[in-house]
Amino acid sequence: MDALPTATAAVLDRDGLQALIEALAARGFRVCGPVVRDAAIVYDEISGVADLPAGWTDRQAPGRYRLERRADQALFGFAAVPQAWKRFLHPPVETLWRVRQGEDGMLFSSAVETAPRYAFLGVRACDLRAIAIQDRVFCADDCRDDAYERRRRDAFIVALNCSEAGDTCFCVSMGTGPRAEGAFDLALTELLDASRHEFLVEVGSAAGEELLAGLPRRTATEPDRAAAASVVARTAGRMGRSLETAGLQELLESNPEHPRWDEVAERCLACANCTMVCPTCFCTTLEDHSDLSGGSAERVRLWDSCFTLDFSYIHGGSVRQTDKGRYRQWMTHKLATWFDQFGSSGCVGCGRCITWCPVGIDITEEAAAIRATPHIQGGDHG
Amino acid sequence: MVAPDPFLPQPYRVERRRRELVGAVTLELAPLVGARPDFAPGQFNMLYVFGVGEVAISLSGDAERGTTFVHTVRNVGAVSGALTRLEVGASVGVRGPFGRGWPLTGAEGADLLLVAGGLGLAPLRPALYAILARRERYGRVLIMVGSRSPEDILYRRELEHWRRRPDLEVLLTVDHADADWHGHVGVVPALIPHAGLDPARTLALVCGPEVMMRFAANALLAAGIGPGRIHLSMERNMKCAVGQCGHCQFGPFFVCKDGPVLGLDRIGGILAVPEI
Ligand SMILES: Cc1cc2nc3c(=O)[nH]c(=O)nc-3n(C[C@H](O)[C@H](O)[C@H](O)COP(=O)(O)OP(=O)(O)OC[C@H]3O[C@@H](n4cnc5c(N)ncnc54)[C@H](O)[C@@H]3O)c2cc1C
Ligand code: SF4
Ligand code: SF4
Ligand code: FES
Repeated sequence: MDALPTATAAVLDRDGLQALIEALAARGFRVCGPVVRDAAIVYDEISGVADLPAGWTDRQAPGRYRLERRADQALFGFAAVPQAWKRFLHPPVETLWRVRQGEDGMLFSSAVETAPRYAFLGVRACDLRAIAIQDRVFCADDCRDDAYERRRRDAFIVALNCSEAGDTCFCVSMGTGPRAEGAFDLALTELLDASRHEFLVEVGSAAGEELLAGLPRRTATEPDRAAAASVVARTAGRMGRSLETAGLQELLESNPEHPRWDEVAERCLACANCTMVCPTCFCTTLEDHSDLSGGSAERVRLWDSCFTLDFSYIHGGSVRQTDKGRYRQWMTHKLATWFDQFGSSGCVGCGRCITWCPVGIDITEEAAAIRATPHIQGGDHG
Repeated sequence: MVAPDPFLPQPYRVERRRRELVGAVTLELAPLVGARPDFAPGQFNMLYVFGVGEVAISLSGDAERGTTFVHTVRNVGAVSGALTRLEVGASVGVRGPFGRGWPLTGAEGADLLLVAGGLGLAPLRPALYAILARRERYGRVLIMVGSRSPEDILYRRELEHWRRRPDLEVLLTVDHADADWHGHVGVVPALIPHAGLDPARTLALVCGPEVMMRFAANALLAAGIGPGRIHLSMERNMKCAVGQCGHCQFGPFFVCKDGPVLGLDRIGGILAVPEI
């Protein structure tokens, strides 16, 4: 593992982290970070270090998630939380516009509300990449979602180099972690041992630099940087899962009739959990409602999933009638056709879909099974 | 001119309404403000009926003439049904035009074969208008239209009129003939082997139900036409029309923005696989 880049870096202690949160709040950001709620760690508004899940970790496995106490007081000693930052940047429900019947015809007006300026504290490497992947969906050259772009532009990102990997993590295979790379303002690495509890802070933007300058801190030394690098290296060595990605796109795109799809369909409940927890899944549906008087109506956009029957409905019946067709759409999209559409994988290896699958279906295992006996050609249905 | 917010419909008004077939009408829509945007043959709009919903409907009028959007809609459900019931003067929300249409630029010198099944003639009609506007630039122009029965032939008067043109070959076929029918009986792909097509020169534009397009594609390939010269207008569920809702995915393609017209060289492999 390389040493961390020699960007501007400083070291904060817990009070320094508290000052960071307060400085963000003072600049008008709504600061969101991990908190313990309903037996899980979730991202929500925080006002200080005391809100963070000190001393908690999560134990994740296919179909299982449980919080446990840690032996130490780590603030970021857990892996991917059930819901990523997606729900802030790409909200699950959003009213797009309202319309009323005027004298001459319909009058449409945008109903997109101005979101708060968010500061995200603790954006793990995989989730940082997931945000970059969603940027490509919503800020495409040919069509931009202005509201998404505004939320995104306004967000202040404090990334996190992971100190803990879960049993379902495989970011190393996907090249997305455990070190946060890409667009962040500041990046933290938690340095915790018997002698200290500190955070190495690296600067990723001018806004980050400006913020850091006002915090109680000390300059990072070579040993601090080395300690941070070894945290990341240790995490990289503890991946619960791995996925062979070489040639994966061609493998999946040329095996739509592999018998494994039938086999996994027998286990899959088509519950859509995997798509709801996935930090890159972007699909939505649009619903039109009118009020009881019929004088006005609105359009609402909601998260949707390719696992529903309605998703592919066209007159005469849904295109993907079977669980096989829908599971294949999901996995092929994540690992293969995403490259055609957006130039990267649609999977960042966060492991959420494995943890939150009620029957523990594992995307890495399914891909490996197809790799084990590839090139079974589909029948000719022309 | 595309509206600044791609999600926000623009208000239009029904200028003219014409009943085409049982359950199918043609609407001419005029913008309440400004002029209608330009469109290319094969593109579509999203049409919104107040409080009911929004659906994808092809542009079926002449792209180079007129100040309205012309749409032919068949009543198959809630939104399309509401569209067919709109009267002159009614208000409609329009987003569009969207998508990539027929590859007519660069087709100069080619023989053109238009293959339509049922309402699939609607998105092909603007292509035909464009071709006829500069007829001398193309070789043979054939149009094959399949319908369920003689009463289901869309734009029948126009087709009869075109049939009398010496520079246009119009072949009509029906699944179920009546006593007065003297034309072909059978599915439209069955006409392809007998058309005497020159495979090296022919460019085929196909629109109809997906099964019909699959058979037509196979018949065209069998006639020696290369997959890069066969273009199909695909249909998938559509919500956003701008590549962001995911509904219209067809393998690697977003039918709304990569299509709806896609070359068989790109989709041949997945077209044969059920449920893609
Ligand atoms: C590119 C394109 C061009 C089209 N051009 C025409 C045209 O020119 N004339 C015409 O009559 N029809 C056309 N259609 C089909 C038309 O969009 C559907 O008939 C219509 O969506 C049915 O909606 P509904 O609410 O009436 O029916 P329902 O059966 O109630 O459908 C419910 C919902 O499912 C979706 N849906 C159902 N069928 C289709 C479908 N075939 N394609 C896409 N989404 C569907 C819609 O979101 C619809 O609101 C086109 C479709 C596409 C994709
Ligand atoms: S597919 Fe699974 S592992 Fe990959 S990004 Fe989505 S939830 Fe995470
Ligand atoms: S996997 Fe399914 S829900 Fe997720 S982005 Fe792809 S089509 Fe949409
Ligand atoms: S219709 Fe939404 S992505 Fe194509």
